[in-house]
Amino acid sequence: MKNFILVCAGTACESSKADDIYKNFLAEIEKHGLKDDAQVIKTGCFGFCEKGPIVKILPDEAFYVEVKPSDAKEMVEEHIIKGRFVKRLLYAGDEVGDKENFEASDIQFYKKQYRIALRNCGFIDAENIEEYIARDGYEALAKCIFEMTPDQVIEELKVSGLRGRGGAGFPTWMKWNFAKNAEADQKYILCNADEGDPGAYMDRSILEGDPNSVLEAMAIAGYAVGASKGIIYIRAEYPLAIHRLGIAINQSYERGLIGQNIFGSKFNFDIEVRLGAGAFVCGEETALIKSIEGNRGMPTPKPPFPAIEGLWGKPTIINNVETFANVPAIILKGGKWHTTIGTKGSPGTKVFALTGKINNSGLVEVPMGTTLRDVVFDIGGGIRDNKKFLAVQTGGPSGGVITEKDLDTPIDFDSLVAMGSMMGSGGMIVMNEDDCIIDVAKFYMDFCVEESCGKCSPCRIGTKKLYQYLDKISKGSAVEEDIKKMEDISNAMKLASLCELGKTAANPVLSTLNHFKDEYLKHIVDKKCRSGKCKDLVSFVVNDKCIGCTACKRKCPVDCISGEKKELHVIDQTKCIKCGECVAACKFKAIDKI
Amino acid sequence: MAKMSLEDLRKMKDEKKKILDRREVGENDIVIRIGMATCGIAAGAKKTMEALFDEIEKQGLNETTIKQSGCMGYCDKGEPTVEVKVPGMPDTIYGAVNEDFARRIIKEHCVQRKLVDGGHIFDRPSRDILKE
Amino acid sequence: MKTVEVKINGQSVQADAAGSILDAAKLAGTKIPILCAHPDLTAWGACGICIVKIEGNPRLVRACTTKVVPGQNYITHDPEIQKIRKTVIELILSNHPQECLTCARNQACELQKLATDFCIREVPYDTNIMDLPKDTSTESVILDPVKCVQCGRCALVCQSLQDVWALEFLERGEKTRLAPSADVLLDESPCIKCGQCAAHCPVGAIYEKDETDKFLAAVLAKNTHVSVQIAPAIRVALGEAFGMKPGSIVTGKIYAALRKLGADSVFDTNFGADLTVMEEGSEFVEKFLNRKGDLPQLTSCCPAWTDYMEKYYPDMIPHFSTAKSPMMMQGAMAKTYFAQQKNLDPKDIYSVAIMPCTAKKFEIRRSSDMNSSGAPDVDLVLTTRELGRLIKMAGIDFENLADEKADSPIGLYTGAGTIFGVTGGVMEAALRTAYKLVAGEELKNVEINPVRGTDGVKKGVIDIKGTAVKVAAAHGMINVKSILEEIREAKKTGKPMPYDFVEVMACYGGCIAGGGQPYETDDKVRAARTAGLYTDDAKSQLRCSHLNPEILHIYEKFLGKPCSDKAHKYLHTHYQKRPVYKK
Repeated sequence: MKNFILVCAGTACESSKADDIYKNFLAEIEKHGLKDDAQVIKTGCFGFCEKGPIVKILPDEAFYVEVKPSDAKEMVEEHIIKGRFVKRLLYAGDEVGDKENFEASDIQFYKKQYRIALRNCGFIDAENIEEYIARDGYEALAKCIFEMTPDQVIEELKVSGLRGRGGAGFPTWMKWNFAKNAEADQKYILCNADEGDPGAYMDRSILEGDPNSVLEAMAIAGYAVGASKGIIYIRAEYPLAIHRLGIAINQSYERGLIGQNIFGSKFNFDIEVRLGAGAFVCGEETALIKSIEGNRGMPTPKPPFPAIEGLWGKPTIINNVETFANVPAIILKGGKWHTTIGTKGSPGTKVFALTGKINNSGLVEVPMGTTLRDVVFDIGGGIRDNKKFLAVQTGGPSGGVITEKDLDTPIDFDSLVAMGSMMGSGGMIVMNEDDCIIDVAKFYMDFCVEESCGKCSPCRIGTKKLYQYLDKISKGSAVEEDIKKMEDISNAMKLASLCELGKTAANPVLSTLNHFKDEYLKHIVDKKCRSGKCKDLVSFVVNDKCIGCTACKRKCPVDCISGEKKELHVIDQTKCIKCGECVAACKFKAIDKI
Repeated sequence: MAKMSLEDLRKMKDEKKKILDRREVGENDIVIRIGMATCGIAAGAKKTMEALFDEIEKQGLNETTIKQSGCMGYCDKGEPTVEVKVPGMPDTIYGAVNEDFARRIIKEHCVQRKLVDGGHIFDRPSRDILKE
Repeated sequence: MKTVEVKINGQSVQADAAGSILDAAKLAGTKIPILCAHPDLTAWGACGICIVKIEGNPRLVRACTTKVVPGQNYITHDPEIQKIRKTVIELILSNHPQECLTCARNQACELQKLATDFCIREVPYDTNIMDLPKDTSTESVILDPVKCVQCGRCALVCQSLQDVWALEFLERGEKTRLAPSADVLLDESPCIKCGQCAAHCPVGAIYEKDETDKFLAAVLAKNTHVSVQIAPAIRVALGEAFGMKPGSIVTGKIYAALRKLGADSVFDTNFGADLTVMEEGSEFVEKFLNRKGDLPQLTSCCPAWTDYMEKYYPDMIPHFSTAKSPMMMQGAMAKTYFAQQKNLDPKDIYSVAIMPCTAKKFEIRRSSDMNSSGAPDVDLVLTTRELGRLIKMAGIDFENLADEKADSPIGLYTGAGTIFGVTGGVMEAALRTAYKLVAGEELKNVEINPVRGTDGVKKGVIDIKGTAVKVAAAHGMINVKSILEEIREAKKTGKPMPYDFVEVMACYGGCIAGGGQPYETDDKVRAARTAGLYTDDAKSQLRCSHLNPEILHIYEKFLGKPCSDKAHKYLHTHYQKRPVYKK
């Protein structure tokens, strides 16, 4: 087969002579008359910039790192002509001992990933159940029905240590066991697809890429607890996921994989889809139940827990999409297998939606216990534009920030809580030095203010007050005492709110106060914002480098710059809107942002 | 459609597995898979797919199958994502495939049998839990 | 009741096994502060003030919604809990207008009391007061969403106790606000004006429309004869406004106070109730004996119920007694018969009714039938609470007033009239007279126990000399539905009607717990007021309406006989189907 020489031409590699490498390869191929045997192409970033420039040769999957332009000659003569790897340039990762058998794809984006929940996403046609079946689909359900008792199914989950992927990480088997032991004429299996954290889209992607895995898992849950009805509560903002779910449900009904007498057995399980209007609080399980029942989506006190008294007062299991997506794999491969992945307290994997100031944002699934450094710097390819890392926000509005010092802590449910954040549904937003921590806290608090259901006073009023204090801080009008007040409010919210969303709604404030108190004080006392995000704390001042070219004056949208030609210009601070246009227009670095 | 028994399920699995693993495909069979999750569609995957269809017809590649799948995770720079499997070529995932690039994939990758220069080429996960 | 042993701050107590920590604490004599919880309602845990600790558990729980678990020790007060409670109250205050002095609930406000108890001297946080208009669209209650603390009591009352669904919360987060359903005006909503929302509101967000000024103006006006009537339930509740025990019978003091306030004539709605028995009882007997008209007959004294029926069950109109309520009959007689007797021009009479009810304010204008005398039969309705304020304003030493009597010829009442104020009372009063009409002799034991008591629906079969009369009495609108559905079902299937006569009162407990009664009405207060009315009845020399000499006179001199044309002109009305939403 023909060889393909891929030369990374990403920004980082480009700057380290990728172009010369490319040209040298072309010349070598030309020289040896290999035009028909090898093709040289420039590609985008492989996301492994610290080892750049990178050259990859296909179909051998040889992955060469730190390649110099002068290496092109040897690589063509050895690899292309003689078919031998150039060993000194081959990448040797920590876990990859055998260089020659090393596959390039073990590096970069996928290297540290391990896909259980996402096992089929991007591989199969989500609208064709047969492809799911080809990937062992519904085999786990068959195994449960024909080879396992409900108790054994729950036992398998218990062994697996699977914890709910939707937030707090409650052991899944326990929920199932409560519901199984509850006596009732009807029980329900609910799938929570009301994914609402800012920046999170794990569940949507699973439903769009592999809806049948969720249907199968719900049926397994139904078998385990003795429920014959399943409802998927999904936000109406996910039209494609809803469409694919609909197709999957139809196809599985047609084949008798859900419905009456599944596989000819006595087990019946029906599934329907309910659309939610997208209120964040409806992801809270008791509010979700209220919403399905046709009421205003407001949480109710627990106990009673839904597993005992849920939808229409009947025992109800609520798991989120990702939790369900793990279940068929666990049943097929065994609970024990699952415990070999991840950490002791949190076995398995977690899907994260990696976004923010990062090179490779995307959907990643990693074993629990992976460090944030691995996620951010290896999988995520590091901070965009080579800026300095500031923090990672996990757990959405219920979570908190994780800073440099915790980058090497293995992340799982418990370690995140110990760091003052939480797993949440898996949003992971990376911030760099351009971000202002007050601004970040404000963003989340604004979200909480909008999305508080309004039922309990600590959350309804507390979120608003916290937002107002943050706003004051960002405008330079807060006083030091306000921090104390914010702590009092946060504490009351934490202890007196009704539901988990309310109890954790102050986390963005508590966590940033904890890690970045100096930034708070800098804003409050010095009236300065390090990043310049808080516009009220920034001013633009002309320094003595100004030659009076009037470039800034002409650019200013509010005409707040005065000064004649060849005279020092002055910016009227009372009119300035801090747009920064003047700085961009000045060729003499004569305007300081202070 | 008839309801499936366990035997039916197993039979279908075996048959489809061969196709999915490309063990039973012809010399000229080309499979193109395009990521059609919300992120892909938002990035223009529908237009990309139309361009693929159009170009396949123009080039007369009768043995080509186009399939859609979900998100592969390359949300930022990778969408729309197109995976191309051509016999005799390494399986390749192209990222950020716009209409022009889609036509080039058909013309260059599928017809001329060379990788398309100037695009993002991505990797797929190396581990598949179902095959372990 | 199954009990379990739990501890409140270390002190053992035998608590109701199905009860909450709040209930258990009450038994232990410990007061946990609350704002959203109310004994009439299923607790839903909104305000966050009743938080307590369970020993050994780091999380705080709500005492109102958390069921007791045997053996647990609950810490209800410690400095940490008190600090959090105080912060929560401060947060609530920071969203609440500081207008206590001009608020309808000044000194009767539960939030004010909490602020006092927690020594709050300033609100430490920036205030956010909503900018929303008052809803003054109904005659009965005023809705001031700005003062709302989002405790949810009103919506719970309206939805789960009254089944009316006129109030709900709209929007979410900090914008969450109390509003009529579908965000229309209250008057356009399904509201039946029962006023239970106002009776349960802990603050001044919903309150009766105060019309005391109109009374004062009427008294001042020259050539105006102010004629006042008082409803049955007033006499056992007004005393509470002056620190007297619930259920204290203060009829004579009210008459005296009204005269001091400037009333020219003082009558008793109980007379109107006796008149109602004559009309409604005769109407029933006619239908029952001659099978003319639709049975069961449904009582119509309660305007909130009437409004509910017209909106939600208009198919019941043929079953409704056409007899007006006692108040409207009393008003009509004041402006006709009484005016005639005293040579007064009806135009010069200003007819005032003191009612335990906010719906009565609406009733006087509900149709042109309410102007049978040629002018409004009742010009003004004041609630018990408003009368209390008038008496205080006038500096009257209410407790020490000497008892007086009502004026003649429409002031004398029987025990039957007085029990109109309690659930089952209208039925009982009507049966006492119906018995006479059917059997031709007096009922020996006039106390009809099957229709007494606090069950939401009371059913019984009354034997009138071998004829069985199937009766039911329902109170609290949520309890009415089952009976109405039974009637609907029987009509649809042609099966025998389950009832002959049904009494409905919109408020749980009847008028003694009406929406205009003194605050802090709970089951204990209901029981005391009920006992007061039954005592008033038991003490009466005359206990059947048809034995009231003034009633006999009025028929003799003015109305002819019950259900005569003249009686129909003044004492009966019509009903019509109304849309649930006006728009």
